[in-house]
Amino acid sequence: MSATYGRTASTGPTFGGGGTSAGAAQAGIRRSSRLHTPLHYRIQRYGMETLAIAFGLVLAIWSVLPIYNMWMIALETHDGVFAGSIWPEEPTLESFRVVVTQDFWYLARFWHQFGNSFYVGLSVMFLTLAIGSLASFTVGRMRIRHGWMLSNAALMTYVIPASFLAIPMYRIMQIYGLSNHLSSVVLALTTFATPYAIFIFSQYGKSIPMELDESARIDGANPFQIYFRIYLPLMAPALVAVGTYALLLAWNEYLYNFLLLSTPESMTVAVALAQFLNSDESPWNFMMATAIIYAMPPIILYYGFRRYMAAGLTMGGVKG
Amino acid sequence: MSVTQQAVAIDGGFARSRPARHKWFGGIHGADYVWAAAFAVPYVVIFLAFVLYPICYGLWLGSEPQLYAQLWDDPRYFTAVLNTVIYVGVGVNLKMGLAFLLSGFFMRKRVWVKTLLVVFILPWATPALPAYMSIHWLLNGQWGMLNNILWLLFGWDGPVYLNSHWMGLAANIGAYVWKNLPFWTIILLAGRMSIPQELYEAAAVDGATGIRKFAHVTYPLMANLYLVCILLDTVFALGDFNATYFVSGGGPAMSTEVLATLGIRYAYTVALPRLGVAEVMTALPVLVPLVYILMRKLRVSEGQL
Repeated sequence: MSATYGRTASTGPTFGGGGTSAGAAQAGIRRSSRLHTPLHYRIQRYGMETLAIAFGLVLAIWSVLPIYNMWMIALETHDGVFAGSIWPEEPTLESFRVVVTQDFWYLARFWHQFGNSFYVGLSVMFLTLAIGSLASFTVGRMRIRHGWMLSNAALMTYVIPASFLAIPMYRIMQIYGLSNHLSSVVLALTTFATPYAIFIFSQYGKSIPMELDESARIDGANPFQIYFRIYLPLMAPALVAVGTYALLLAWNEYLYNFLLLSTPESMTVAVALAQFLNSDESPWNFMMATAIIYAMPPIILYYGFRRYMAAGLTMGGVKG
Repeated sequence: MSVTQQAVAIDGGFARSRPARHKWFGGIHGADYVWAAAFAVPYVVIFLAFVLYPICYGLWLGSEPQLYAQLWDDPRYFTAVLNTVIYVGVGVNLKMGLAFLLSGFFMRKRVWVKTLLVVFILPWATPALPAYMSIHWLLNGQWGMLNNILWLLFGWDGPVYLNSHWMGLAANIGAYVWKNLPFWTIILLAGRMSIPQELYEAAAVDGATGIRKFAHVTYPLMANLYLVCILLDTVFALGDFNATYFVSGGGPAMSTEVLATLGIRYAYTVALPRLGVAEVMTALPVLVPLVYILMRKLRVSEGQL
């Protein structure tokens, strides 16, 4: 992300900056000529800036409030949750201890379920990358006849809401004999992640010169060698972006996990977390502590790979 | 399916035609056909087994006419249709409008604006499930933080938000906007950044300021991207399950259900899977044209940016 921003930030002149967005060199000139700036312009400028800061503050509160709420409840004692304060009166890490040591009956298999989530996430990531890159290679590079049919199939899958396919998918997984099996979720989510992979890969693949393939072929490489030794290494940034995307998609998915996995053995954390809502007397502090632990990996991954993620997202949209 | 929404496909597309000379040198011969076919097989299998088959199966499940009579007699269905129209109509347009304005705001080149952007991304990086659960509790009438804040700041006794149809629906829309606003802002921000500065400079030379620069440079160049985003987000919002399911839970008394959640409710709470499928299928008259337009847009439209 910062890569993209950095580019325009360094070259960007006076657009949208409320009149104060000139570069450093110009700032000096402006400062020396400030005395000559009419007063009402200066008032207007500072007024705009104050307004912008106020707006930014509101925006920050809006963004953070539900997340702050999550932490606050997780740090409360059980009775503290119902005390009606807006910060924890006597903050305690007790809820986190309960979750980590699996000391509550909803959480009896927490680490096992955490492992399930990881297993699903990594499998979906791997399958999406493999299937997506193979398909985009054969459509984009080898240009097979009727390749457009494959692209259209992927495009259609991409724009069909997954929740609308949930009921038939559930039945079909039973027919395949995969219900309550982690592989059912892996396959379903791979199906929904691959179209995006094909899309991004075919976009990104256009930037790799065809001449590389041609010279490799003259040197006697077969298509698989070209795919494995030329295509994949050059696609690395796109692979990282799509891999992160697939991992997050699988980790964050709820509906399919909920429908396809129902035993405590096969559940992922998302399903286990939603189980708290089944009872009226749910221990909200335990639930929020679980939620925070569950939300950590994607947040870390997202902020760690922010650069690549944004690159992947904007790959489709932005040129030049 | 919240993160699917991260997937964006704005301009350019799958089947953009490449000039003939870019074909593999001499075309594909003999054994290469086998390779090419083998590479395509995994995706074809996935598509047939997990997309085409479920679609056909669903069409078959929902093919009995009396299911639709049953839906017609169910007042909850009409509530859900109305809710879906409001949810999608308000949710998408409000979000995209805000995202467009915010993308302009984030063009400001200030250090604090960049820091704010990092914070602003947080809702999107948080998984939907914990976030919506937190919002559900935040809006609790008795112990929720929002009412606590209102009480402390103004001495107001806030309402029980999730006990009313309209406020519940508004809460769902608000949660959906909260979760996805950062994503679309980033997309539109990237779109704005890709507008060549020379155009603004040329406009400035011609004497254009503020609003005219917007009307004659920003707007024409962003219109296509904005339209594709709106259409894409309409499809995503139509299929959104999590916000309604976890924020209002469809309540009170199933009055805030949307099509995506009511179908699941029919299938698994009432154990009428066929009715659930039929209910989802009533969205097809809207969904099919949308999907068709989007497929054309994503395939044909090439970076006008």
